[in-house]
Amino acid sequence: MIGVGVPVAALVHSQVPSAFSGVAEGLTLVVLLSEFAMLRAPLSRSQIRLYSFQSLAVTALAAYVAAARGIPDLYALAVLSLGLKVIVVPLVIVRLLRDARVELVASNRLSVATMTLLAIGLAVFAVFVLGSLPVHSHSLPAAAFNLSAAVILVAFLLVIVRSDVISQAVGFFSLENGVSVTSLVVAAGLPLVVEVAFLFDLLVAVVVFGVLMRVHHGRTDTLSTDVLDRLKG
Amino acid sequence: MSWDLVVLLIGPAAVAVACWFVPLRAARALTVAAGAVSFALSVLLVPAGAPTTALSGWLRVDSLSVVFLVAVTFLYALTAIFAVGYVHPDGDTAARARYSRRFFAGLNVFCWSMAVACLVNGLALLWVAVEVTTVVSALLVAIDDTDGATEAAWKYVLIASMGLGIGLLATIVMYYAGAQVFGDAYELFYPKLLASAAHFPPAVVRLSFVLAVLGFGTKMGLVPVHTWLPDAHSEAPTPVSALLSGSLLAVSFYAILRFFQIAVRAVGPTFPRDVLLAFGLASLGLAALYLASQRDLKRLFAYSSVEHMGILAIGMSFSAPIAVVGVLLHVLAHAAAKGTAFFGAGSVVRKLGTKDITRIRGGIGALPWSGPMLVLAVLGLCAMPPGGMFRSELLIVSGGLADPADAVVAVLVVLVTVASLGLSFFGTQTMLGPTPDTVVKGETSWMVVTAMLLGLGGLTLLGVHPPGALSHLLERAAAELGAPR
Repeated sequence: MIGVGVPVAALVHSQVPSAFSGVAEGLTLVVLLSEFAMLRAPLSRSQIRLYSFQSLAVTALAAYVAAARGIPDLYALAVLSLGLKVIVVPLVIVRLLRDARVELVASNRLSVATMTLLAIGLAVFAVFVLGSLPVHSHSLPAAAFNLSAAVILVAFLLVIVRSDVISQAVGFFSLENGVSVTSLVVAAGLPLVVEVAFLFDLLVAVVVFGVLMRVHHGRTDTLSTDVLDRLKG
Repeated sequence: MSWDLVVLLIGPAAVAVACWFVPLRAARALTVAAGAVSFALSVLLVPAGAPTTALSGWLRVDSLSVVFLVAVTFLYALTAIFAVGYVHPDGDTAARARYSRRFFAGLNVFCWSMAVACLVNGLALLWVAVEVTTVVSALLVAIDDTDGATEAAWKYVLIASMGLGIGLLATIVMYYAGAQVFGDAYELFYPKLLASAAHFPPAVVRLSFVLAVLGFGTKMGLVPVHTWLPDAHSEAPTPVSALLSGSLLAVSFYAILRFFQIAVRAVGPTFPRDVLLAFGLASLGLAALYLASQRDLKRLFAYSSVEHMGILAIGMSFSAPIAVVGVLLHVLAHAAAKGTAFFGAGSVVRKLGTKDITRIRGGIGALPWSGPMLVLAVLGLCAMPPGGMFRSELLIVSGGLADPADAVVAVLVVLVTVASLGLSFFGTQTMLGPTPDTVVKGETSWMVVTAMLLGLGGLTLLGVHPPGALSHLLERAAAELGAPR
């Protein structure tokens, strides 16, 4: 059985799924499934918890790739992403919700069944369309690439079909998780300074999203985006 | 000559920090000085034939970056002057003073991030800089704290960030393409990517380029991902509208051009040109229709930006190098003309108290200087001579006519004419007619007039006689963009 630490060439050409690719694809699948769960999560609070869980899966994937492929930079990235995406970002949003003091009701534009079917359709589309591309990764099995693209498309669906500012912000943050998985798959060697810059950017974006959510809540006394219909044409 | 890049990197950021601490009058003066010095430093870079680098290669400007740097810093200087006269010039109350302080700090950070996007060497840092421009400008859009501004800011930050998520994906996919040549760990510096682009896997580069056009195109305002643009441009404070339209869209276009540059070397020119052509035609077509039915003065100029971004994209799809020179000149001319137009529109809207085109009348009577200059800026946007847009659109169209394969140039001419009809009709009818008696006639501030005069002066200079060094710069930049012979 092919295990951790086997030369890359052996992995790429092997037909039998290795333990490495099994774990890596499993973690990517967890990321995708938590995206599905976020899509239908009725409460903003549960959505944020799911985001935190999803980030944890991404962090675990980064740490696993670091260990299995011997890329020490990724450990640093995993630590940063643990601190920022698993802890800080969810805390910031939860804190904001506590101040907001509005009832947290579902904001689905579509029924849960329709949303889920649409999401499955998008995920299948992503997996098959990107599966036809000649992307052979050294660091992760190529199936993880397709799955990360599915995460990104479902994140778009989340932003489109949920009409409250928390869901939409969480949709954007989880889109970033999807892109993080992609970068682990196809660009594991991305320089650390660049990765840190990406994460710093995310932090700034979270703060700005937070400020604008506050402003929105301050003006309209609701978290719903249904009132944002003044500007047209 | 690398010290000026470092000054450009540090100067505006330092001024932004200073705006919080120094007296308000000093903050205003510092902002104007930062804009003027940044512009002067960018102009100093124009004659340099070879790329300038600094900070061990992390900063690098070649001719292409200088074109955009000049556009950004020119509007930085103009907007700083305009804002001093426009944003609570009499900061009497504490609330107004706090607002002004926040505003000038934000303005400097915003311009700094756009300049940095042109300075950095490499696709990854470029993405980071562009994302910073988004979050900073979203706060500036929301700064007025009205219902409209809040709605526009939320739509803007959400749509643009989602778009830039796609842009990040494009960057990562391009990294993967490069990793097939350089191995797993390398820096995404432009010269390195360009030198080896011919060996990148073509299918992956194609994917990356389409994602880049879609992602950065969201910020550039390409149809169908332009939907945030009219809202943000119309609801933002006027100086911010001018920067969003004249500089920010250009910076996003610059990001697309960086991907274009790599793509033409990796997969040949046909594919990238076709992608830009499709987005450009959609943008120009839709904007031409909206311009003919717009009732809000600032939204009118916003759709005019969509139109001009469409022209840029279509211009890049023509194979003749002269069209590319035209596109780059168009970027500069658009910054000057659209900045001036928004300055004028802001003054008119403030004076007459409405943005509704059907209700604004007599702008020239109310504003003896800004009114006529707004008319000239609108005519400049319609590519009337002697404005710079006349020259740039002439170059683009003649480039299109040079190759029979580019027959789509006929569509370009028709759509631009339709758009110009709408823009010139609605844009100028607000200026004519009797001025309402309730309006106090006269300019609000000579700084506003100065900014518009400088904008029109720049536009006219580009149209009548672009300086020789600038023409050479545009030619070198166009050569950098084209496929190597």
